[in-house]
Amino acid sequence: MILDVEELTMRFGGLTAVHAVSFQAWGGEITALIGPNGAGKTTVFNCITGFYRPSGGKLTLFGRNGEVALQKLAGHRIARAGVARTFQNIRLFPGMTVLENLLVAQHNRLMAATGWGIGAVLGLSRYPAAEAEALERAKHWLNATQLLDRADDPAGALPYGAQRRLEIARAMCTEPVLLCLDEPAAGLNPRESDELSALLLQIRAQGTSILLIEHDMGVVMKISDHVVVLDHGRKIADGTPAEVRADAKVISAYLGEGDEDEAA
Amino acid sequence: MTPVAAVRDAGLAALVAFGLFAPLVGLRTDVVEGGLALRGRWDDVAWLVLLAFVGRLALLLLAGRRLPRLTLPAPLARAGQYAAPFFLGLALLLPWLPFIERYELDLGILVLTYVMLGWGLNIVVGLAGLLDLGYVAFYAVGAYSYALLSLTYGLSFWVCLPLAGILAAFAGVLLGFPVLRLRGDYLAIVTLAFGEIIRVVLTNWTELTGGPNGLSGIPRPGLFGLSFTSEEGGFADFFGLDYDPVHRVIFLYYLILGLALLTNWVTLRLRRQPLGRAWEALREDEIACRALGINVTVTKLTAFAIGAMFAGFAGSFFATRQAFVSPESFTFIESAIILAIVVLGGMGSQLGVAVAALLLIGGTELFRDLAEWRMLIFGAAMVVIMVVRPRGLVGTRTPSIALGEKRAIGGTYVSEGH
Repeated sequence: MILDVEELTMRFGGLTAVHAVSFQAWGGEITALIGPNGAGKTTVFNCITGFYRPSGGKLTLFGRNGEVALQKLAGHRIARAGVARTFQNIRLFPGMTVLENLLVAQHNRLMAATGWGIGAVLGLSRYPAAEAEALERAKHWLNATQLLDRADDPAGALPYGAQRRLEIARAMCTEPVLLCLDEPAAGLNPRESDELSALLLQIRAQGTSILLIEHDMGVVMKISDHVVVLDHGRKIADGTPAEVRADAKVISAYLGEGDEDEAA
Repeated sequence: MTPVAAVRDAGLAALVAFGLFAPLVGLRTDVVEGGLALRGRWDDVAWLVLLAFVGRLALLLLAGRRLPRLTLPAPLARAGQYAAPFFLGLALLLPWLPFIERYELDLGILVLTYVMLGWGLNIVVGLAGLLDLGYVAFYAVGAYSYALLSLTYGLSFWVCLPLAGILAAFAGVLLGFPVLRLRGDYLAIVTLAFGEIIRVVLTNWTELTGGPNGLSGIPRPGLFGLSFTSEEGGFADFFGLDYDPVHRVIFLYYLILGLALLTNWVTLRLRRQPLGRAWEALREDEIACRALGINVTVTKLTAFAIGAMFAGFAGSFFATRQAFVSPESFTFIESAIILAIVVLGGMGSQLGVAVAALLLIGGTELFRDLAEWRMLIFGAAMVVIMVVRPRGLVGTRTPSIALGEKRAIGGTYVSEGH
């Protein structure tokens, strides 16, 4: 198990966006979180990645350094514990180059090598080696996302699909144990969707678990190992893609009666 | 609109102007003995009507056209690569150029002080994207730190300089904490208030700071223990030169040049390192920074602290050069000028900031003969520059690292932060 969500509840004033949701994400698997708009998927994400503090419940990450209670950590510490995320509306650093985006993602590791800033200014540290290593890691992910030839272009100048890929590459440069993707296939054409699926499978093969919010059922059903369905802030189903697709509650709440062929 | 129609329209405007100005301006009653006399001022009316005609015509013919964006022709842009070495060489050789007198050296010192302040503020505003309207507060902290430390404890300039920097950096952190959660206009207002608080404290804490009278008799710096006086054992005596008060001015010039270059060197190095990149990332997108595990609080505080530290250095230089400090030197207008230098130069660009400081500070000195027209020209020039080059003199961003060749990033992609 990589992530254990227990009785997660999130209230905004009088509105309960997420109501006692529990599920598990398993190590080395792709877990998809699906449901209609407003079901609370992104809220769950924001709780896991530290952008919201949950009103109740427990979030346990089984990371490299043992168990971590995510609900108690400050936002930037969650990323350091090994949870990386992308955003529904892409959030890159548009005025910085693609390569710079990937180096910012490795900030903590690089910063530690600079002797907290002072040593590197004076040229007294092991920074050059750390930077070379960071560049190699950046190149690896640029290769994996087919962005190597755009490395020196500003991120804001990339086409939409490439920006989506860059955001994933940037998240992977933090070397996460759990990668949280918020609608990575939104706005992609079918060919780009297929490439995305291949990329996510490649990431899983390298040992990073993935938690995925997605509306594109083609992608979800093809690559997920495990699907959790939310509706109105509650979990209504949890299982393999085939089980979920056959679930009556899921069909009525989300997939719809006539949508089986689309889902296939 | 065709020219004929435009002329007709302008003629109509001139007619309306005549109808208005003829009674308002053309006829004037003067008090004379035995009553009022009517006097015609028809030449004034003619000028006003002509102005209305030409103005309307210009408006009609030029309206709707896009204002030209000033792009440098290729040879000039290539020459721009040599601008930085050229200015550096000029700055290094300035005291030895034949036409340079005491006045020009003093002006050079003034310009370099603002270059240094601009570079310091550039860290906060240009790189980290935090709009700071109270930067002069740190300048004041540095100046008073040196003044008080040297007057009270008799410490030398070289001991006080780092101390003043540390104290100013501490003030930067102090300001940083309450404003961490603020963005944009709110951030600007709080920093503005902080600047005013420091000034008001300096004015009213009379026992410590001398209040509005300021502190005078601040010791001058020496060069490795050699003082710039005519006495025996002074700089001139030691090197067997004839005593000349200009020695001290040249020394001060090189001192501020060295401090400014230190600021530049540290900034350029930091920009190519994780901390500098994190500042720029913070300017681009704070939320994304947090998702990548960057401690936004610490990163912002370091930007405030390092920016403030350089203002502190510049402040102690200011105090030692003037031998006198008073709260009047640290008013809001100083902050505004430094911010104008950064914005005009192109936020984040070291060369742009230096050129802007030269234009703004040197330029206003150059037009001193124009007396009250000076600020008018100054203001108009700033408006024109911002209209034709909305991203400042150097509106592009140079990447900090590249796999291939570094290509400048157009201003349209780079966010301004705040």
